[in-house]
Amino acid sequence: MSVNFHAIKAIYRFEMARTWRTPLQSVLSPVISTSLYFVVFGAAIGSHMQAIDGVPYGAFIVPGLIMLSLLTQSIANASFAIYFPKFVGTIFELLSAPIAWWEAVFAYVAAAATKSVVLGLLILATAFLFVPLKIAHPVWMLLFLILTATTFSLFGFIIGVWADGFEKLQAIPLLVITPLTFLGGSFYSIDMLPPFWRAVTLVNPVVYLISGFRWSFNGTADVGIAVSLAMTLVFLAACIAVIAWIFKTGYRLKN
Amino acid sequence: MQPIIQISGLSKTYASGFQALKTVDLDIKRGEIFALLGPNGAGKTTLISIICGIVRPSTGTVLADGHDIIRDYRAARSRIGLVPQELTTDAFETVWATVSFSRGLFGKPKNPAIVEQVLRDLSLWEKRDSKIMTLSGGMKRRVLIAKALAHEPQILFLDEPTAGVDVELRQDMWKLVRRLRDDGVTIILTTHYIEEAEEMADRVGVISKGEIILVEDKAELMRKLGQKQLTLHLQAPLAAVPAALSRYGLALQAEGAELVYTYDTKAERTGITALMKDLAEAGIRFSDLRTSQSSLEDIFVGLLRANA
Repeated sequence: MSVNFHAIKAIYRFEMARTWRTPLQSVLSPVISTSLYFVVFGAAIGSHMQAIDGVPYGAFIVPGLIMLSLLTQSIANASFAIYFPKFVGTIFELLSAPIAWWEAVFAYVAAAATKSVVLGLLILATAFLFVPLKIAHPVWMLLFLILTATTFSLFGFIIGVWADGFEKLQAIPLLVITPLTFLGGSFYSIDMLPPFWRAVTLVNPVVYLISGFRWSFNGTADVGIAVSLAMTLVFLAACIAVIAWIFKTGYRLKN
Repeated sequence: MQPIIQISGLSKTYASGFQALKTVDLDIKRGEIFALLGPNGAGKTTLISIICGIVRPSTGTVLADGHDIIRDYRAARSRIGLVPQELTTDAFETVWATVSFSRGLFGKPKNPAIVEQVLRDLSLWEKRDSKIMTLSGGMKRRVLIAKALAHEPQILFLDEPTAGVDVELRQDMWKLVRRLRDDGVTIILTTHYIEEAEEMADRVGVISKGEIILVEDKAELMRKLGQKQLTLHLQAPLAAVPAALSRYGLALQAEGAELVYTYDTKAERTGITALMKDLAEAGIRFSDLRTSQSSLEDIFVGLLRANA
């Protein structure tokens, strides 16, 4: 089997170039908004909060905040990357190129995930300026970062293919992802919830992502680390399956 | 020699139920310029889109340089360049970046010398560092052509290349197309301008309502064009063409009231003088005469009407 490496490289470069053309929107604005969270929740309110599992509140929210940006940015990057060519019509070139669907997806998702991981690390670096932080399992931390960025870039790719207007493009991140992230324990431990709401929360897939990620920082988690990892991989596999179906049927890409 | 594109039994019915192509069989010869002529909505763009991999065929097969466009799509597509009808370009990229991108996308290693050559050929070299959105419409079309040529395709599709294009660019484009043909590139262009087909093509195919209704060498079409008809209104109808006039290939029409002589205006002798003399000797008198010429336009309109 041959692989069109030149095409993968071309798409990856093209997508990365797009990011550096808009550094304000791509990099600076997520860093600034995260800093604001630290100022408000970490410094101002956090000083009146109890430590959770022995971790000061300011440090406790860092993994959740990084996840919040990681999810929204991965989806935004990947969905826009495929939606925009559809919208302006330049997708004809991709469809007529000698490239397999998985090569195209790989290139787009790799670029979107790269951006998200870089962003996550930037936010992490910013966090060190505001709160005392220690990372218990740095390798696992990186693994969760990369896995989550990849999974949600795939998810974003699906949204970008599915959306036939800018409103749909924004709807899922705004109406689904943001609430799930906020309610997924970004700012609190789900152990703090009454038993009923705690049970409801466990339906939220984002809980497992944040919990696993937080474990890599603090060594403590709301749910088992194995469960977190398994849930992330299940979601990853589901996204790959949907994308394979999209290209097999030509759904919304080819008549 | 094996045709560079072999289309057999190709049809396309869209999900909406609209049948854009009925059954198309067509061979494109290696190295020719083929003009696909037809009114809007005839199926020209659908046909091209299927060959290039943008639209899925309902039935039938297409071979590009011997490679099946679906089973062996990598080999097929890497040989094909497409210039779409619409001006669909990126906005923020530079000309250089977008043309280099296309080369990579089609699986070719970086080669600045070739990208430079393509840009120079299209008078885009001065604009290489400009963002595409700052270019005029004509320049954008040149960029699209440059993108399609960046991977050195053997087959180039030009979908309505001169729609909304000024005279200067049209001349440039025709020059470029001829130069590409001289380099061995096969060119298929769609158009609804007959002059364009006449000016450019080696062969002309006419498509209407999803069917190819005529494929002919342009020279053959032009020969038909070069023919004129002389129609004589006779004072007395004839039952048959007199034997003395048999060498002229005359035909009777309007129940013997009209005598038609077909001649080639480009021939050394049209034979009109001799015919007149022989008619007078045969005692055939006429009250009126007219001449008429069929243009490619007439042939085209006639075909479409017959197909309607």
